[in-house]
Amino acid sequence: MSARDRILAKLNAAPVLPKAAPEIADWYAAHRSAETTAEKSARFRGCIEFAHAEVYAVSNASWPQKLWEVLSAKQLEKLLVAPGTTHGQRAIDVLSESGIACRGYEQKIEDWKEEMFHDIPASLTIARSAIAETGTLVLWPDAHEPRLMSLVPPVHIVLLDASNIHNTFYEAMTAEGWADGLPTNALLISGPSKTADIQVTLAYGAHGPKELIVLLIGDEA
Amino acid sequence: MSEHAMNFMPSEGFRARAKDVVENPFLRQSFRGAMDFLINKRITQFPNADELETLRTLGEQIRQYNLGKLPSLLVQLEESLTRNGIKVHWAETPDEANAIILGICQKHSAKLMVKGKSMVSEEIELNHACAAVGIEAMESDMGEYIVQLAGEKPSHIIMPAIHKTKEEIARLFHEKVEGVDYTDNVDELIQIGRKVLREKFLVADIGLSGVNFAVAETGTLCLVENEGNGRLSTTAPPVHIAITGIEKIVEKLDHVPPLLSLLTRSATGQNISTYFNMISGPRKADEKDGPTEVHLVLLDNGRTQAYADEQLRKTLQCIRCGACMNHCPVYTRIGGHAYGTTYPGPIGKIISPHMLGLEATATMATASSLCGACGEVCPVKIPIPDLLMRLREESFSAPHANPAMVGQGAGYSGLMTSVWKGWAAVYRSPALYGMVTWLGSRFSWLMPSKQGPWTSVRVPLKPAPKRLRDMLKERQ
Repeated sequence: MSARDRILAKLNAAPVLPKAAPEIADWYAAHRSAETTAEKSARFRGCIEFAHAEVYAVSNASWPQKLWEVLSAKQLEKLLVAPGTTHGQRAIDVLSESGIACRGYEQKIEDWKEEMFHDIPASLTIARSAIAETGTLVLWPDAHEPRLMSLVPPVHIVLLDASNIHNTFYEAMTAEGWADGLPTNALLISGPSKTADIQVTLAYGAHGPKELIVLLIGDEA
Repeated sequence: MSEHAMNFMPSEGFRARAKDVVENPFLRQSFRGAMDFLINKRITQFPNADELETLRTLGEQIRQYNLGKLPSLLVQLEESLTRNGIKVHWAETPDEANAIILGICQKHSAKLMVKGKSMVSEEIELNHACAAVGIEAMESDMGEYIVQLAGEKPSHIIMPAIHKTKEEIARLFHEKVEGVDYTDNVDELIQIGRKVLREKFLVADIGLSGVNFAVAETGTLCLVENEGNGRLSTTAPPVHIAITGIEKIVEKLDHVPPLLSLLTRSATGQNISTYFNMISGPRKADEKDGPTEVHLVLLDNGRTQAYADEQLRKTLQCIRCGACMNHCPVYTRIGGHAYGTTYPGPIGKIISPHMLGLEATATMATASSLCGACGEVCPVKIPIPDLLMRLREESFSAPHANPAMVGQGAGYSGLMTSVWKGWAAVYRSPALYGMVTWLGSRFSWLMPSKQGPWTSVRVPLKPAPKRLRDMLKERQ
């Protein structure tokens, strides 16, 4: 008998009374919070700013300009983008005239891992949606915008459409039907990387991005 | 940190290790300060008592429902993961788990493994197993990295290096990391760790991680973390190996949000962790990064023993938040190393006997005042005080046939049992009680001056010359 069979046999031998399925939908229905896009947007913003992210209100027309401003202010001369995406292409078009180099993520990581780890100061990705309750960005990396883009560069800039903000994580996954198909790596990101492992003193920039910048579309004042 | 080394018989040396810490004001301060901080952070996350209570009840229901279907969910998880391209392995013992992991490493001629935080890898002593075959296993969680540099073990399941001051860490980095000057600035210390470990992530052959929740329906491995080292460990190296206990499984994806919320709020008082990493497969053909191979090792190591008994099964509801240790008056005073087990504090006391047997852990459940704080804060309502009572019973009752636990009766002493039986008989009979107390008050000079552990720090117990009933009689 294999380890698998022995473990399952032991578990199956235990006298177990089936328990009723948990009423998760009911709990969330009874604990519903903010409702309108503006309310959700404000709550999202408050939470993620509390976690040390920078948030800028932009419009669909103005975000490339703000992107340039942010990069210039931080003296970042190179940006990692996904050329196969609309937003990536727009960033390339706008920034190419401004002296900020756009590096496209076009090869497999094995071919440029050194450069990724040592020479990419910032990246731009899109967020699929977000969660108001916890100030959380939802990223679904794919072939165009791979996983490491939101992880290795010290500055991570994220585009988020305010109309894609859900109240809760539960609402996000049920409204978007996650259980029917997840990407190889789905991510919730709620701030720049941090740690309190030394004497419970909070320090930012542990292993992931030191700065997280959100360009919040549709929220322009 | 302790001159009384840890060994495989945690019960042995427990008192000595605890005494070391109790007599060390710096360690006392480290633990007290950190636990107070975590207690306060947690409470600010739960301003609404009703929400907390109903969420805890929901968390308990989710865990009990899933444990109720555990064997079929494990099979479903295996099917989903296999469909997603993740290879599933099963291990009954730590040795089997190490052999599986080393086998994968050797197939890839691996020299360097970077590790995200995984208590199960501590449980199986994976770092030793790697070292024995010449594979470098490098911890990448800042706390774990510090503990590994110091040649120690984690003293807390969430904050592994909580026993160390920043000055100690500053000296450690200065001594052990090449080209580092002494600095006790926490930001600078973290940047030193970041720099060293980035180079390791770049070249590592294998990334190893734990699992917080494994979702059966979608075949998804979920990881909770703040630093990004978990994501790097599971994304940058060409091979990712995850290891988890068989109990960390949920059937549905929508079981995850309530448990995640309970976990981060109870553990560190965060409404959510910086990262929640949901892995459902290796890199696809058209994808440009991510591991090309993903493995999951499912470990038993005594969990099936806990599962077999309805009361003990509740131990497996645990989501490893550490709130029980943060709130434990014993843990706060003696720290994590004194226990001598991978999992310290209240959860350690109720899970370790299943992993190590009661022979090695017989007295662990007695290191508790049964104040009940652990049970009150547990986000999934594990009745920890009841389980401690049950484990005392299992340890100290006379050995009998078909015990629920390996090592049942390991702490049994015929003399002790007779003493308590006599005690019970005396207290049940008023006449006998009267006689015994009369004898006690007359022959108190017969009491020995050495009365075991009692007299090690106290004056000997001596019955009073007059009983209460005698004094009352005189007043009438």
